Order: sequence, then C-alpha cells, then structure tokens
Amino acid sequence: MWPRLLRHSAAQFGRGPTHEMPHFPNSELFTLTYGALVTQLCKDYENDEEVNKQLDKMGYNIGVRLIEDFLARSTIGRCQDFRETADVIAKVAFKMYLGITPSVTNWSPAGDEFSLILENNPLADFVELPDNHNTLIYSNLLCGVLRGALEMVQMAVDVKFAQDTLRGDNVTEIRMKFIKRIEENLPAGEE
Amino acid sequence: MVIFSVYVVNKAGGLIYQYDNYVPRTEVEKTFSYPLDLVLKQHNEKVIVSFGQRDGIKVGHAVLSINGVDVMGKNTAEGKDILEYFNDPANYPISIRFGRARLSSNEKLMLASMFHSLFAIGSQLSPEVGSSGIEMLETDVFKLHCFQTLTGIKFIVLADPRQSGIDALLKKIYEIYSDFALKNPFYSLEMPIRCELFDQNLKSALEVAEKAGNFGAGS
Repeated sequence: MWPRLLRHSAAQFGRGPTHEMPHFPNSELFTLTYGALVTQLCKDYENDEEVNKQLDKMGYNIGVRLIEDFLARSTIGRCQDFRETADVIAKVAFKMYLGITPSVTNWSPAGDEFSLILENNPLADFVELPDNHNTLIYSNLLCGVLRGALEMVQMAVDVKFAQDTLRGDNVTEIRMKFIKRIEENLPAGEE
Repeated sequence: MVIFSVYVVNKAGGLIYQYDNYVPRTEVEKTFSYPLDLVLKQHNEKVIVSFGQRDGIKVGHAVLSINGVDVMGKNTAEGKDILEYFNDPANYPISIRFGRARLSSNEKLMLASMFHSLFAIGSQLSPEVGSSGIEMLETDVFKLHCFQTLTGIKFIVLADPRQSGIDALLKKIYEIYSDFALKNPFYSLEMPIRCELFDQNLKSALEVAEKAGNFGAGS
C-alpha cells in the first residue's frame, strides 16, 4: 500500500515517471540498474571525473552497437545535414529507446551546434545527487552513446551536458557540436 | 527456390561470416582399374581432371575422395601424393569420387575482399552523382544480392535467379546481426561472428525466405 501512495503523491507533484518506456518490462528496473552501475563506479573509482570518463566510454561502446539496431529497425536513410540529424535523434531515436522526445533548440549561427532539452530523464528518475558528488555527470552515458552512434555513420561530434536538473538547474540540456565528417573508411558510394 | 549462401563483410573488406545453405553436389563416384584413363593434373593444391571427360566426370572436377576417404588437397588422407598413388598398379582397383571442388575458407576470404573492392566500382562508374555500389550481380546460374548499411557492413546473399523477397531477407539478416551479434557483449565489432544464436536465427530466416519465395512480390 505504501509504495502506491508514494507514487500517487509523486505524480501529483509532477515528479514521477511520465514516459512510456518502449519494450522494457519495467522502467523502475531500468532506473535501478543504471543507478547501481553509477554507484558501483563511484565506489570503484572514488573520483567524479574518472566516473564521468568511464560512463562516457561505456556509452560509446553501447552507441557503436545501438546504431545498427536503430538503422535496422527504423527506415531512416542517411541524413543530409546536421539539422536533419538533430531531428532524427530527438524525434525518432530518443523516442524509440527512452520513450521521451527532447526538443531541439539553441542552434548556433553556423548551424553546427544545438541543444537537446529533456523535460524528464528516465535514467535519473528518483535520483538526488549528494553534496560530495557535485561534479558527477550522472547521465554521462547518454553523451557516449550519442558520440559512438554518430561516429559509426561518419560524423565526429562533441556531446556534453550543459545543464542538469540533478545539479539544481531547471532543465536537463545536452549540447551537441558537429566537429567534422569522418573521411577514413567511408562506405563505397557515400563520397 | 533456393538460397545458396550468405556472406557478411566488415567495413575493411574482411569476411566475418559465411554460411552455405545449399551447395549443389554434382559428384560421381566410380571404381577404376589400372591404368587410369583420365588425365589428371595438380592445380591450386588440388588434383583435377584435365582431359578424358566421361560418365559425368567433367574437366575441372577435383578428386574429392579415394576409397571413401576424403583427400587433403593434393595428398591422400595418409599424406601420400595422389598422382603417385594413382600411378602404382598395386593400389588398384580404386574407387574415386570426383566433383566440383568446394571453395576453401581462404578462397572465400579472398573473394569477399575482391567483391568489397569491386563494389565501389558501381558508384565510381555511375553517370549520376550519389550512386550506390553494386547491388546485384547476375549470372545464368545465380543472382548475388548485396546490401550495404550506412555503417559500411555488407550483407551478401547468393540465390537462385528466380528467388524473390531477397531485399526483405537482407533487411532481416541486418536485424538478426544487430540482435544476436551486436547485443552479445562478448562479440567484438568487425571480428568473425561466432555466435550460435546468430547461426540459428539466420537459418530459420533463410527457411522462411525460401518458402515465401514462391509468393513474394518483387525481388
């Protein structure tokens, strides 16, 4: 009875999970799993910077595999420019894997940088960062995933968290910057 | 309707997976007495018929087995040179099986790399900008279909020319690859695929495609 009461009051205050995680049996289990991963990394490395790096690395390894799943399952073809890429990431990829649709904003004048604004973050449901971890980027895995996935389709990007609700900001903002097109090992026919 | 084989080539052109679903076996086994009326010669580490075609044994067929025991290249299973063995009257009568030589795995590796390079010719020869590489290669005996993903992996299927539904099959193989190879954390990218689940699911996908081939629309 208690857990149901708590969840009901959390939803009333607008804090509970408001997303539909596709195909995952239980989104709480997902949140708990990710949380266990981060806390274990914190115990092992005892250094926020190092944990951030590890999360990025792990995310990268996920991203290079996830991109094939994404391409195999969606019928998306090659994006013509960075704007199209941003739309596909926000409207198709995030929806497919995390059940949320971030908004794409804050384009740089040159069109090579944009922000993804996440209203809620399934990785960080129910999470509060303690004071001794104020440089920890809890969801840094996402940055690695995006970087790895785009590298496999010949785009080098820089991805970082610009704002994080876990660290007191109003929204969670991921900033993505296009660095260059990767010209080595281009698949034939893509020149 | 038959699907002959599946090849998966990585970004660098290396063969990472190969499966022969159906290899037409045209083999003939006969018993011979001395002297052998076929002219044999060594070629590429195999012993092949160069003259004297008869009874289903064609020029180009290789010696596959002697007295029921498979040969190893140009030597018998015991390591004796095959041509010397055939020249010794004491060994007769011999039962020899001839047939089209199977491609060795090294040969398959070389052919896959060669195809990887040729694939690019499709886009280079193209009069229009932005052409893909070679998507289909047709001979009178089979059709080769190739699908290259945006990440540079190629899935190649060799099938009967009348087999339809290969495009859907190639997409399905891509899904099976992204599931059973990539989601296996112990599989390293670009390396040969040695995942049982991948094999099993690929086989069932081929069975489904072969059955549906008669009804499938388009290719």
